[in-house]
Amino acid sequence: MAKKTQQKLTPWDIVQIARHAERPNIKDYIRLLCEDFVELHGDRLFGDDRGMIGGFATIGGEKVMLIGHRKGRGVEENIEVNFGMASPEGYRKAMRLMRLAEKYGIPVVTFVDTPGAYPGSEAEARGQAEAIAHNLEFMSTLKTPIVVVISGEGGSGGALGIAVGDRILMLQNAVYSVISPEGCASILWRDGTKAALAAETLKITADSLKGLNIIDEIVPEPEGGAHTDAAAAVAAVKKAVLANLAVLKKIPLDKLVEQRYAKFSAMGRF
Amino acid sequence: MSWFEKPAEAPARVPTEAIWVVCSGCKAYIAKDAWRAADKVCPRCNYHDRLSCRERVASLTDAGSFQELNADVSFNYPLKFTDSSGAYADKAKATIAKTGVGEAILTGTGAIDKIPVVLGVMDFKFLGGSLGSGTGERILLAAEKAIALKRPLIIVSASGGARMHEGIVSLMQMAKTCAAIARVKEAGLPYLSILTDPTTGGVSASYAMVGDLNIAEPKALIGFAGRRVIEQTIKQKLPDDFQTAEYTLAHGFVDHIVPRKELKAFLANILRYAGF
Repeated sequence: MAKKTQQKLTPWDIVQIARHAERPNIKDYIRLLCEDFVELHGDRLFGDDRGMIGGFATIGGEKVMLIGHRKGRGVEENIEVNFGMASPEGYRKAMRLMRLAEKYGIPVVTFVDTPGAYPGSEAEARGQAEAIAHNLEFMSTLKTPIVVVISGEGGSGGALGIAVGDRILMLQNAVYSVISPEGCASILWRDGTKAALAAETLKITADSLKGLNIIDEIVPEPEGGAHTDAAAAVAAVKKAVLANLAVLKKIPLDKLVEQRYAKFSAMGRF
Repeated sequence: MSWFEKPAEAPARVPTEAIWVVCSGCKAYIAKDAWRAADKVCPRCNYHDRLSCRERVASLTDAGSFQELNADVSFNYPLKFTDSSGAYADKAKATIAKTGVGEAILTGTGAIDKIPVVLGVMDFKFLGGSLGSGTGERILLAAEKAIALKRPLIIVSASGGARMHEGIVSLMQMAKTCAAIARVKEAGLPYLSILTDPTTGGVSASYAMVGDLNIAEPKALIGFAGRRVIEQTIKQKLPDDFQTAEYTLAHGFVDHIVPRKELKAFLANILRYAGF
């Protein structure tokens, strides 16, 4: 697959790159992107979700609130972080940190990389649907700039729960979808092996989503994918995030929120 | 004539669909007229069968008060989605012909016990009540209408979640509708969400769960992930009452469970508390 040039990668190839075990995760971004990071824990209601990480961060001198899904590397870490599937307390922690960012007047930068919100009985009991819904509502009116980076797997509502923003950036080999290709194939084709076809049909790659005006900007990756050269991949993300923050910080907050509403209102009008 | 033979003058009564319905809850034969008059609630077991959007409008609004809005806003075909059973556009057109509504939600203005409201009612028969771009646009326009008219917004949900056939555009309707609801609340107007059977996935994870009040019908299925997916994830069988309206209320996510025959009066009472 790595031998294929970017133009020849199929959507299903890109899904594999987006899920690659060595793809830079939020810990890598914190390490390679931030001069300083102060992790903030807990939702003040139930617990501290290890599948969602957040805190004050400094990126190229810019103070931001950084929030992201956390996928692990290796079995042990992945069990700790629930394979990047956040629970309601993760979404509620994210909201608490965004409120703090608004209060302190610093922008929010989110990193989206999750197979989806955790589909477990405890997550249901604690209101997974309500936690995500509340974030969508709240982020639409947050009076501080929000830059969203779809860095790996953008899995459905679990991704969207931290992905409402003023600028939506997406890495070249990330995916963003309403349902996993496997899930779609088993429901609509009644055949899980049709995942590659579903991946193509669902239009989940950065190129397709740019064409549909869902994302604003594609961040290029090193040939073969971000995992082949994490430092180069993170440098490209840094450049894009800082450029967008510079633009957004000049916009008065009322106007920014108006523009965000207009942006999401327009989605689905053709 | 032996004792177990039926007398000849009593004809064998075969229930016919014209007179009887089988209750989906208790499987009993129910007189269809009585069942219809009770808005499809079983007189024996209180099972609340699903209503079409027009039946719901008739049940909730004052006679003759409902005026549909944005009937011309319909489905979109952004992905040219086709699966093994055919093209999404063909299915959507067939559904429109069958249901007589242009999208999975019917929106309009109307009155509830003389209180003017903007109302949206989803219809599960329209592609499983799935949230497509036309659905999201109708909800956004309804919310903006409520703000313009300074009226409460009421949405009755019945949906399996996002509409896969519209891909990411469907997912974005969750954000779009929540942004519109946030504006209704900022305008100081009531937003009441009514969760009926079923309200799951992307609809429960957006506008259906953020009502000033979340009101459910008895026994309605309400949840985020599907039961089968959860059972596969946790490798355990879930209890029967999992994700029912009663379960959701016990966990603090629904304010009140209201039987269908009391819903209109309940809403009117709440709207009066809200100053209407």
